[in-house]
Amino acid sequence: MESNLFRYILRHSRKEQIGILLIVVLSQVFYFLSLDLPRLIIDRAIQGQGFESADDTTRFLNVELPVPDFLSGPGQDGRWTLFEGFELERVPYLVALSLIFLLLVFINGLFKFVINTRKGQLGERMLRRLRYTLFDRVLRSPQSHLRKMKQAEIATMIKDEVEPLGGFIGDAFVQPVFLGGQALTALIFILVQSVWLGLITIAVLLLQAVIIPRLRVRILQLAKQRQLTARQLAGRVAEIVDGSAEIHIHDTSNLERADIAQRLGRIYRIRFDLYQWKFAVKFLNNLLAQVTPFLFYLVGGYLAITGRLEIGSLVAVIAAYKDLPGPVKELIDWDQQRQDVQIKYEQVIEQFSPSTLLPARLQDPNADAGEPLAGSVTVSNLSLTEEGVGKVLDGVSFAFDLTEHVGVVGPPGHGKEILALVLARLVEPTGGTVSIGGRNLVSLPEAVTGRRMSYAGQDPYLFPGSLRDNLLYGLKHRPLVAPDYDEETQRRQRAYAAEARRAGNPEFDFAADWIDYQAVEASGPEALDASLIETLHLVELNDDAYQFGLRGTIQPDREPDLAARLITARGDLRSRLADQSCTGLFEPFDRKRYNRNMSVAENILFGTPLGDRFDTEQIARNAYLRSVLERVGLIGDLLEMGRRIAETMVELFADLPPGHPFFEQFSFIGSDDLPDFRALLARIDKEGLGSLDTADRARLIGLSFPYVEARHRLALIDPVMEERILVARRAFARHLPDSLRDAVEFYDETRYNSAATLQDNILFGRVVYGQAQAQAHIGALIAEVVDAHDLRPAILRVGLGFQVGNGGKRLTPTQRQKLGLGRALVKRPDFLIVNEATAALDGAAQLRMADNILAACRGRGVLWVLHRDDLAEKFDRVLTLRHGRLFEDSRRETTGRLVAAGH
Amino acid sequence: MSLNEEVELLRRIPMFAKIDPPKLKLLAFASERLTFEADQELFRQGDMADAAYIIIDGTAEVLIDTPRGPLQVATLGINDFVGEIGIICDVPRTATVRATTRLTTLRITKDLFFRMITDFPAMAVEIMRVLAHRLEHTTQQLREVSTGSAP
Repeated sequence: MESNLFRYILRHSRKEQIGILLIVVLSQVFYFLSLDLPRLIIDRAIQGQGFESADDTTRFLNVELPVPDFLSGPGQDGRWTLFEGFELERVPYLVALSLIFLLLVFINGLFKFVINTRKGQLGERMLRRLRYTLFDRVLRSPQSHLRKMKQAEIATMIKDEVEPLGGFIGDAFVQPVFLGGQALTALIFILVQSVWLGLITIAVLLLQAVIIPRLRVRILQLAKQRQLTARQLAGRVAEIVDGSAEIHIHDTSNLERADIAQRLGRIYRIRFDLYQWKFAVKFLNNLLAQVTPFLFYLVGGYLAITGRLEIGSLVAVIAAYKDLPGPVKELIDWDQQRQDVQIKYEQVIEQFSPSTLLPARLQDPNADAGEPLAGSVTVSNLSLTEEGVGKVLDGVSFAFDLTEHVGVVGPPGHGKEILALVLARLVEPTGGTVSIGGRNLVSLPEAVTGRRMSYAGQDPYLFPGSLRDNLLYGLKHRPLVAPDYDEETQRRQRAYAAEARRAGNPEFDFAADWIDYQAVEASGPEALDASLIETLHLVELNDDAYQFGLRGTIQPDREPDLAARLITARGDLRSRLADQSCTGLFEPFDRKRYNRNMSVAENILFGTPLGDRFDTEQIARNAYLRSVLERVGLIGDLLEMGRRIAETMVELFADLPPGHPFFEQFSFIGSDDLPDFRALLARIDKEGLGSLDTADRARLIGLSFPYVEARHRLALIDPVMEERILVARRAFARHLPDSLRDAVEFYDETRYNSAATLQDNILFGRVVYGQAQAQAHIGALIAEVVDAHDLRPAILRVGLGFQVGNGGKRLTPTQRQKLGLGRALVKRPDFLIVNEATAALDGAAQLRMADNILAACRGRGVLWVLHRDDLAEKFDRVLTLRHGRLFEDSRRETTGRLVAAGH
Repeated sequence: MSLNEEVELLRRIPMFAKIDPPKLKLLAFASERLTFEADQELFRQGDMADAAYIIIDGTAEVLIDTPRGPLQVATLGINDFVGEIGIICDVPRTATVRATTRLTTLRITKDLFFRMITDFPAMAVEIMRVLAHRLEHTTQQLREVSTGSAP
């Protein structure tokens, strides 16, 4: 990459820069015309030069060329008239000139607009190119280089630090030409008026040009420091966020505070220093600029007095000088900005220039995976020396066929883990070679290493997205099928591609279908899901995915068929519950009956809240619900219920110290509110419920909402009360205003509830409280129903849509490892490398997993680094690494005994 | 059965007989009432202990795994407290407990149990007393067995 910003700019935008420069030059012509016009208007139209009498006319818009006398006709005094123009009287002449002035104003404005737009476009394009180039280099940097960089710093550089470059790039060449031209014109004008004054001007300008940049050296150093410290701050903040758990565990929050505070202090000092220097330079600059007029008055005045300079000229010089500092100052600013962005550019480039960079051809999007890998993997004399550690691999040589399954054992840290990384090309060896099917691993394009080979490590990184997205990640190498766009979108897409080309970006359509169906031998998306589900079974994620699916939701209008089948399953589950006399485990949603396993609020709502207006936190404050309760006269009952709950809570929790965990776990009332309720109850005892104000009534009613009779067992809801709440349920549904229709989806036996999970849709009721193993029982029954209706694949498909969260945080470590293995297996690699990728699983599961995977990879190459020696029994060939050396290489005989290879 | 009835039941259990009714009510409120059908297991020998149970209705048997299959060593009925050894000593279940009829219990989680005895020492003393009695009883039995078998 170019280390000089200007060369970089020239290389990628020469044509555009020249184009803009031409426009600038053209614009100057009109600019000078507009400067000359006021003179004409004042001298001729207003002051009347050439209009001796009221009827005099003058020519307007006449075009004459000065030519040698012999070419012009008689009486034309050396001019060749191309266009006679119009004869105009004085007032129309004024109007005409003024209109021309207006036209020029418009043209000049238009020029400015066009130039600025072009500059902006150029700058943005270059910024896009620069950002892309940097990102491209990240993708091509070796792992060892990336590990040394902090993520947040890389992100800040790509995002923030190159941003000012974009603005500057447009001005890089145009600005100096434009301003320099203006300044030069003014200078020449002064020189023409008076050589002495001109020399004075030049002397002062030279002084400025010498002193100011010197002072700026310090400013530039400070700017460099400012950039570095800010970048480090970003890196450090990201580190602290990552390590926040450790900070709490070790009570080091104040250490981190101190660190950040001292960094902020340093940044403050640098920035304030910068300010002081900046304004000092500005002060000096202004002073020099103002000294010049002083010299003009003194020297010019003296010259005028002694008769060596016309007074008119002196005035003109002073007027001209007024136009000089502007461009000069801007030129100096431009120069400072130039140095500033050059520094920024250099600093950023430096970070993105590792000693080696993966050649671009290895990531060529058009490269093909080629024939399936065959032959042998030959490792010869492989060595790796790590700084400060010494030799972690020392002359390791072995070979195995790509049909063999090889286990690698050895004490941890003795080289087996690194060996796997080297074979996966994640670590570059310092000596020796690896060849696969006769080709050197180093020269294999990623189209081969990333499609024909696969690697699963101990700690796979999962991208935020669904299970499906993560499994498919290893199949998206290049866009294969363009989306079916309408004409308008196609046009937009073409424009996008053209612009991408101009900025040196790839033209790939991110929205295209990137999935390599061939690699999984799937005909399309449907078959693909089947293949993914197969993989889920292989890595034993199928049960998890099934549970995710049961807890997932679908849009019934998009999958009407599945919704209908789920409703059928609902009916079937109900009859099975009755057949197996399990009805006691379960209380269905029945519009006509009170559900003792739901809270009071849920019983009134009788539906799934959509959005947060009716969720458990908000419902007590909902005005519509309040109005329904008043309409059906339930307020008094709920007040009484709230009072009794408050009474019980005060009785039960009165002796507990505030903040006791029981409050959080069991109480309807928080420890802070308990004294308030106690006072409230005392007042009710004395003055009755009628004495309460609205707020207190709302608080008491609020207590009754979460009450579940079957769970809390305070005997507050008898059959009469049930009936009264059912009246409220009906009123609630009947009078629901249109504005709240989308806030709740009512339970309806015959309809699929889109807000509820698949499981809740099948179950359509509540598992009762207090029945041992009711959940497990019902779960088993649901599984029975699911299989009877062949719903499992559909549920697994919904489960594949489960969002794994940032970095897979919503999965357990075991699930993450399984998913990582699944991702490596989906593409059916010819050579699979497993690096302790089952370590988080329990012992039995590890053995099963090894069996599953090795069976699936029969006839293909597997190298599995084992963290437990007992897994070695699954392999025909076992390598033992110790102290970085190949200690033992043994094959399993038919008797099951291991013997040294080659015997 | 409501909370107040449960409290009445708890008071009849010797271990809780001398404890203030409000404390018992809290214990009852914070514990889960759990019903088992006949033949369902409350817990199985070797499981990690997570809760103790107070039987408020029905009967259950205590089984120990032997090489010749499960051996019934005791039966439990109303007001019995079972599973406390596991949570107090933090050891796996020493026996399997299985309902022989429909069985209603109050399930007291380990966390709840320890909270109650740390917050209300009177309850700890009562429990200690009951356990000491039980130990005394076992020792007595042992003595009888050993004197009986060695004439």
